[in-house]
Amino acid sequence: MADDVPVKPVSQPDELTEPFFAAGAEGRLVVAVCTVCGDMRLPTSATCPTCLAEGLEWREVSGKGTVHTFAIMHRRYHPAWEPDLPYNIAVVELEEGPRLPANIVGVENDDIAVGMPVEVVWEREGEAPVPRFRPVA
Amino acid sequence: MAHRLRGAAAITGLGITPMGRIYDKSSTDFAVDAVRLAIADSGLEKSEIDGLLINAGITGNTGGGVSLQLQNALGMGNLRLLNHMNAAGSTAAQMVQYATMAIDAGMVNHVVCVFADAPLREGASAGAAYGGAGRRQGPTGILGLSAGAGHFGANTSYALAAQRHMALYGTTQDQLGAVAVAERSWATMNPHATMRDPLSLEQYHASRWIVEPLHLLDCCLVSNGAVAVIVSSGERAREMAQPPVYIWGMGQGHPGDSRSAGDFPETETGARIAAETVFGMAGVGPEDIDVCELYDCYTYTVVVTLEDYGFCKKGEGGPFVEDGKLGPGGSLPTNTGGGQLSAYYMWGMTPLSEAVIQTRGQGGERQVEKHDLVLATGNGGALNYHASLVLSPHAN
Repeated sequence: MADDVPVKPVSQPDELTEPFFAAGAEGRLVVAVCTVCGDMRLPTSATCPTCLAEGLEWREVSGKGTVHTFAIMHRRYHPAWEPDLPYNIAVVELEEGPRLPANIVGVENDDIAVGMPVEVVWEREGEAPVPRFRPVA
Repeated sequence: MAHRLRGAAAITGLGITPMGRIYDKSSTDFAVDAVRLAIADSGLEKSEIDGLLINAGITGNTGGGVSLQLQNALGMGNLRLLNHMNAAGSTAAQMVQYATMAIDAGMVNHVVCVFADAPLREGASAGAAYGGAGRRQGPTGILGLSAGAGHFGANTSYALAAQRHMALYGTTQDQLGAVAVAERSWATMNPHATMRDPLSLEQYHASRWIVEPLHLLDCCLVSNGAVAVIVSSGERAREMAQPPVYIWGMGQGHPGDSRSAGDFPETETGARIAAETVFGMAGVGPEDIDVCELYDCYTYTVVVTLEDYGFCKKGEGGPFVEDGKLGPGGSLPTNTGGGQLSAYYMWGMTPLSEAVIQTRGQGGERQVEKHDLVLATGNGGALNYHASLVLSPHAN
């Protein structure tokens, strides 16, 4: 085996987001809900940016949303992504509100549009679960 | 009644080093050169400088950036004000603002504000200088989802923002291109500019995609070099070597980036907040501004900034720029040195340095005839941080 095959640097769980990736491994999308004010987010800090309280619980969401915006990557920034060029990257707004960056799969780049309805599909890069989205049939 | 601080301080010195693919100098070397040039320009003695504010560029993150050690390289042992500051591309205007406040407080007399950077390496692309900055460690958590989806650096962020604007408001590639073409027209007349060949809209369209909808010619240069300005009291400025560049207005606006909570500032930036403050202090509005020097890391940044300062309505920035009004002979001369797209990329010092030149009336062939009020803006992150100045050759 060629051990010099480049690997995509996909996001790994940290202490805060372990439940997010664990749910993803089961094909479920969860978001954090502040136990004090109910703010719903994909957390980048342990405290709630709305009320500054600690404490969150994870809630499964529909996995459905729309393409908020997108772009097409044409330049090689990382060798592992080179075979995919040109590839898309989108910001998806979930039905429940939070947004997250993700690739859109199962559609040609030219057919992606802002506002397009999409749904989550968890894929794997190596062992790691990666949230991607596909057009809603 | 005019704001108490309007005209209280002025920019009295400017130093611009040679720019571009210059490999034999460190960031600190460039910074020393810029400070020396600014001091000579102002007519001051080095010993009269008693304040130093420093901003490293991307090398402040990636290594080799100018640090507090600059004070020692400059042999300035009696400083009354010193800091190393970073709010990304908004820092240059911010340094001038804090210098103005410190001068007004009586803490300090002459503050040199310097930006220096040297990310370009021989044999490596400009993109490599910035695109590599974000992936020194493996991505983790929610913030890591971007890199995990193949999002690398500012080019991607601004492409996402521009696409959203295009979808919401019908902004076109021709309109973004009009910004690049207008700025290049100015750059042909700027001896400091890196890109001085005229540019057509056809050539703009033919330039390769970087991150669609951004072509290569939608993206700023990357430069090695430094720029320094000196801030003094308005009173002292009247007796100094150069025509004073009075500071009439100062403003900031920082939406930050809580994109995971759904507040990514793609189409409404911190300029909206800064505009109220900067115009309020200056006692003017966008209709009074003669010359704009706007942070132009991308063509799109110019479009959205013009909207957020109220030069046109939200969403109308594309048609606003399309008729060429930003270029030479146009009704709103903008980025009159060629900006970051065509002249040089010194973060917020690119717009600020050209604003000083125009306010003084020292623009030579590219000098704008009416330059009573000049707006200089700085923007950083992915439209996350913003600061601006209104400058004037008139004390009040």
